[in-house]
Amino acid sequence: MFAAFMAHAWIVATMVAIVAGAVGFFVVARRAAFAAHALPLGAFPGAAAASLLGVSQLLGLAVFSVLGVVAIARLQRGERREVASALWLALSLALGTLLLGFSGQYVQSIYGLLFGEVLGISRGQLEGVAALGVVALSLLVLFARPLLLESLSGDLAAAAVGRSPRLEWVFLGILALSTAIAVPVVGALLVFSLMVGPASAARAFTDRPWRSLAVSVALAVGTAWAAIALSYLSNWPVGFFVGVLSAACYVAGRLCGRGIVAQAA
Amino acid sequence: MSLVLSVPGFLASEPVRIALAVGGGAALVCAVVGCATVMRRQSFAGHALADVSSAGGSAAYLLAVNPLFGFLGMAAAAAGVMEWADIREARERDLLTGVVLGAGLGLAALLLYFDATVRSVSGAAVTVLFGSMFTIPASIVPLALAVAAVALAASAIIHRPLLVSSLSADLARAQGVRVRAVALTHALALALAVSLSAMTVGAILATALLIGPAAAALRLAKRPVSAAVLAALIGLGATWGGIVLAYESFYWTPGHGWPVSFFIVTLIFCAYLIAGWMAGRPGTRPAAHPSGCEGP
Repeated sequence: MFAAFMAHAWIVATMVAIVAGAVGFFVVARRAAFAAHALPLGAFPGAAAASLLGVSQLLGLAVFSVLGVVAIARLQRGERREVASALWLALSLALGTLLLGFSGQYVQSIYGLLFGEVLGISRGQLEGVAALGVVALSLLVLFARPLLLESLSGDLAAAAVGRSPRLEWVFLGILALSTAIAVPVVGALLVFSLMVGPASAARAFTDRPWRSLAVSVALAVGTAWAAIALSYLSNWPVGFFVGVLSAACYVAGRLCGRGIVAQAA
Repeated sequence: MSLVLSVPGFLASEPVRIALAVGGGAALVCAVVGCATVMRRQSFAGHALADVSSAGGSAAYLLAVNPLFGFLGMAAAAAGVMEWADIREARERDLLTGVVLGAGLGLAALLLYFDATVRSVSGAAVTVLFGSMFTIPASIVPLALAVAAVALAASAIIHRPLLVSSLSADLARAQGVRVRAVALTHALALALAVSLSAMTVGAILATALLIGPAAAALRLAKRPVSAAVLAALIGLGATWGGIVLAYESFYWTPGHGWPVSFFIVTLIFCAYLIAGWMAGRPGTRPAAHPSGCEGP
């Protein structure tokens, strides 16, 4: 399990889980589960286009994540956010199938992109993930206070710093960055479950926001590690364990539910 | 790129006729159920049901049963779980939907893996997730149309109480509406619609057929019934138009057709943009939502 060829998998999964856990805290606080689900899927054609053009997969994912942010932010103007997310997601997935159909490498790469593939991560990919992960986390630290304030009480934030539509852009941007690095590892379909499950469980264990953020990161890392270990032992896909363990986190959180859940209601 | 459609040849093809029938039924049901879904702000739930149903579709390949049963069973089970949890606050409902979705997708990953390893059905992932309308077996048609009829009937029966309880649950209760029964019926109709849609355009694209035509129609129509009719027209037009284009695409890139789901989703998205443009012209825009409804 700790053989040399698994080393990259462990390192990348840890970095992805740290970012996902931290971003997930804000996803849960801002009720953006659908956007967190739609953005990774929206990035899916990016990977397909990258393989068609022969450029780096991370670049393709990043470009399409940014496109997704622009599309969702524009479509949701004066509209329902979830409709915007749903339509963007369907459109980009359809585009992804078309591109993958052209590039010829169909079944296996679709499965890997959607459900994740931890093995075979190159050193270059590792560095890309680390760089983008650091950017995402620094943005998060920079905007943590206003993001949290706006999530908990929009009116209070408007009174304190003025209502700014830019904050939504920043948030979606951070989401897009973490998406781009997470998609190749846990897959487009399951990135968000690593964000939502641990973060929603974390609310149950403490009612202080920053402590909850830390718990969320810890749970996400634990989930990712356990998923890799179980996947290695059973030879079953890693996506299955990520999905099920994240759901288990949520159920555990609800069972011992206290803290922020009651307060936020 | 010639657009010379030989109509007799097109209609003589058995797969095309099946695709037209099943796709048309799916589009109709999705349009009607979709209007209620968009109005009730359940787009995410509808999308989640569709995605989760992919686990059922992959299980069906594993067990070698009719895939429609798989889609139906899983979508109905997920709808049951989400309705059973009966969470009032929007915040929690959103999260629970996400969690059910994640678990369902994880299960789909496992079952698709088994499809590939145990059954050696390598194309199952693509078929289940992205649909393959032209390979639907003829034996499914009567069942699919029956499912469509049931879902349409259920939506027609509950449409008034559902509308009232979408606007205000308290008001509905005061009028003697059994809110939970109505919500459960709607959730089951949603599951039926979604599994039909998953059958035709694929599980993860099913959302387009469910949300797209309804959202476009709701931008233009001022009354629920006219919205449903308009959505049905948009959905049917996009589905049948997509089938025609996919059939044509065999001539564009020789020997290699474009995916039919791609055309359907693109047509729906165009309809949505056009609807927004038409609604955006002065004097035609329906009343905006009260701003207090959305946002943190």
